[in-house]
Amino acid sequence: MSFFDLEGTLKPLTALKQFGKKPHTIPFANLKHEAADRYRGFHYNDLDECIGCGNCSTICQNEAIDMINLEGVEGTKGDSGLRPRVDNGRCCWCALCVEVCPTGSLSLTKDYLYVSEDPDSFLWTPGKDNPNGNEHISFHSTKEVSLNVYDRVPMRELEGSERVKSFAEVVLGYNEAEARAEASRCLSCGICTEVCPDHMHIPEYINAIAAGNDADSLRIIYDNNPLPEMCGKVCTRRCEDVCAIAHRGDPIAIRWLKRYATETAVSSEITHEIVNPEIREPNGKTVGIVGAGPSGLTAAYYLALRGYDVTIYEANAKAGGATMYGIPKYRLPIESLDKQIEYIQSIGVKIKFNTKVGKDISFKEIYDKFDAVFMGVGFPKAWSLGIDGEDAKGSMKAVDYLYMINSGERVEIGDKVVVVGGGNVAIDAARVSRRFGADVTILYRRRVQDMPADWEEIEGAEDEGVKIIPQGIPVAIHKDDNGRVKSIEYLKAKMVPDDKGGRPRPVAIEGSNTILEATSVMAAIGQMGDYSFLEEEFLERIKIERGRFVVNEQQQTGDPKVFAGGDAVNRTADAISAIADGFRACKAIDKMLSVKKEKKD
Amino acid sequence: MREKATTLYIGPQHPGITGNMMVKVQIEGDTIVKARTEVGYLHRAFEKLQERRNWLQSFTLLCRFCVPEPDPVEESYARAVELLEGREVPERAKYIRVLVLELARMASYMLWYGGQNGSLGLYTMGQWSVGDRNYILDLFEELTGGRIYHMYIWPGGVRRDLPEGFESKVLKTMDYLEKRLKDYDDLMFSNTIFQKRTQGVGVIPKEKAVEWGVVGPVLRGSGIHSDIRIDDPYEVYDKLDFIVPTEEGGDIWSRALVRRQEIRQSIRIIRQVIDKMPSGEYYNRIPNPHKWALPKGDAYARTEATRGEVGMYIVSDGSTHPRRTHFRGAAYAHGITLLEDLLVGENVADISAIMNSLGTCPPEIER
Repeated sequence: MSFFDLEGTLKPLTALKQFGKKPHTIPFANLKHEAADRYRGFHYNDLDECIGCGNCSTICQNEAIDMINLEGVEGTKGDSGLRPRVDNGRCCWCALCVEVCPTGSLSLTKDYLYVSEDPDSFLWTPGKDNPNGNEHISFHSTKEVSLNVYDRVPMRELEGSERVKSFAEVVLGYNEAEARAEASRCLSCGICTEVCPDHMHIPEYINAIAAGNDADSLRIIYDNNPLPEMCGKVCTRRCEDVCAIAHRGDPIAIRWLKRYATETAVSSEITHEIVNPEIREPNGKTVGIVGAGPSGLTAAYYLALRGYDVTIYEANAKAGGATMYGIPKYRLPIESLDKQIEYIQSIGVKIKFNTKVGKDISFKEIYDKFDAVFMGVGFPKAWSLGIDGEDAKGSMKAVDYLYMINSGERVEIGDKVVVVGGGNVAIDAARVSRRFGADVTILYRRRVQDMPADWEEIEGAEDEGVKIIPQGIPVAIHKDDNGRVKSIEYLKAKMVPDDKGGRPRPVAIEGSNTILEATSVMAAIGQMGDYSFLEEEFLERIKIERGRFVVNEQQQTGDPKVFAGGDAVNRTADAISAIADGFRACKAIDKMLSVKKEKKD
Repeated sequence: MREKATTLYIGPQHPGITGNMMVKVQIEGDTIVKARTEVGYLHRAFEKLQERRNWLQSFTLLCRFCVPEPDPVEESYARAVELLEGREVPERAKYIRVLVLELARMASYMLWYGGQNGSLGLYTMGQWSVGDRNYILDLFEELTGGRIYHMYIWPGGVRRDLPEGFESKVLKTMDYLEKRLKDYDDLMFSNTIFQKRTQGVGVIPKEKAVEWGVVGPVLRGSGIHSDIRIDDPYEVYDKLDFIVPTEEGGDIWSRALVRRQEIRQSIRIIRQVIDKMPSGEYYNRIPNPHKWALPKGDAYARTEATRGEVGMYIVSDGSTHPRRTHFRGAAYAHGITLLEDLLVGENVADISAIMNSLGTCPPEIER
């Protein structure tokens, strides 16, 4: 190469041909770049869609997202009332928060320029502080691309035709692989725990299952629920209604996961071994409990753990209350309940069976004998329909019917059964009757979607061949010459919107009388309490309003020594509320008696 | 008479240094007699931070290893995770990944055009190439939502499918850039100044290159044919037709020529990828990231970046978080051991030209 290279000197000068051309680059001041449709700019949050689950905050690897209280946002069931606030000084715009948002309320906008000397102004509450963005305009996570797993692991069940042949349990339960897969869908946000009446530690025990630690899971469950297997099979599971995942997919099968964890302990001895409860030294205090239902058993279990001498008085031959005598065995097998009650007995709870308070022993006697009394007496009596012909042979209350069937008695129902009502009891009575080979019809005065029964139960009943006649109001039961039920007459109803904003009311259509042939009619339109065991002096002190005991937030009645819980107290009337009542009462009784003890000392 | 050596501190803040690191040189006259690199100005403890992030969260840190070209790091991590877990990647995702990796290669080389020329005082080239690089960044913005930090290649595939009409935009950009490369040649490679400043400077002899553990374009500039895309093909590189250029000189000039040819090969690969792009899934969904545990074990995956091999080694104890991750980039060998030896005997004015030609990326050294 010579010292002077002509080509090498002239070639670069061709750059001059660019002279006068429009530049590629734009001065910053003139920058009006419209970002791409997927641009990851500042956050936007739809404050109404957001439920404050905090998943964005959990996944954020820069800890840029805090969950804060926001003015005008109230927490409700299924909404923590918190909303994310983003520190844009820490955010790295990876958008993982968007990818894991279960409701899809969070997105990133096309805004990317913000200049300020005030560091505090970089704290934004998306949805409130966005200058331009008020909709999902840029990086957004639809259900299809979201990182959450929205499809539930299906539960294996017996076929409908197979089920009606016996009282074998319909739901087969998850196996280990299924349980792990289902548990690993959980986001651990804890929205569910607020709704659970008992505030069970749901994310914690699901985490334990996901991590393959079933024993830990069972221990966590037993922390505040001594009848978990029952809940795992028949709980009304309001937790699942509010599950964050349910906003765009199937809720986590919280109930079935609890069932899985409890079924890993196949006997009461193994339960004892795994839970390994710490039972305190007897403290010399005694507690009497009326009724061995879920609330009574719960109070008894946790009081016994705290060193109390607990005795339960139960009118029936078996413990469990409504879960024993009300719930059909294809939902809750007797062995399962026995296992749990044996375990409760194994830690020192005494149960006096076949002892009806008010008959075999007076309430006064119990009141005087024990330092505190808990009443979990339930709602044993059923409402009658209040129509003509209800005295006919074959006309019965669904609760009584289930009681007799569960006690092992035979009931003559014939081949055409009509169940009146739309709750779980109605469905139970219908499905039990199907198992005796009857044609079963459910008559309900509102629409199917208004039925208070569990939707899975309704589907199960339909699978088994139960017919549902919605919008039908019974007016009379007709008898044949022998005084047996021959048919039921009902009026068709139309739905009228409620002026007060409640659910639509059914109004009978005049002249739409329809006759439905029947060999038996079962009323399942509600239950009430039976407080005849209480003596006059207690009835004065323990207030009863609208058929329920009046208690304070510690389950204490008008008599400071008497506590109450379960269906006879709360309006939700399900097992988990009863368990919650029992647990609360236990803590209150423990507090009351230990304070007294200290005073004596 | 022998002159007394003077100590010069180049960096840590110096336009000629490709990042925050320092080279402490002793010079006699204009000649370097001793060079020591000093790092530690940029340590962000990536590997340690990953241990307290779960397997998905870790992925968003990775692009910070090397700002000009983050995608090969994401690719290495994604493949290591997939290897450990046995997760299949859909065919379409593999093609999209190659598309992204090659676009990133081009963007990185275009930044290098600017750096290499800037270190020699030829600034026009940098303004052109960095301006043209923006067209690639526009593509990235449309595809991934980010211009620099893409966070796009993740375990199981890629984050989003190609947007509508993306392929034609890529081809259009390729046509434009191919035309521009001619202008670059006129301005840079034909330029006598560039030739004289780079030929015979910073020579890495073939045998020394192996000894020093040199990889990537630097190794190929010393006449050794080595490229992970060919030697240990990943994704769909084995289904694509391209060549790996080599040059014999071992000096800055040779390395520049290698890069000049590689950028053309990238265009060739991208056109093939667009042509062969299959339809179908782009992502094999990972489980819920909060509870996503990897099986116990370890895995290593490596990718060919513009600096050379970048490898990610991950160790899992069977939990939702990495037990340990280790990242090995080319810059460690190039930026510390090689640079210290290579600078001796060179002119002090060539320090940044040599550094640029090695593709040193200080964040990669300090992770």
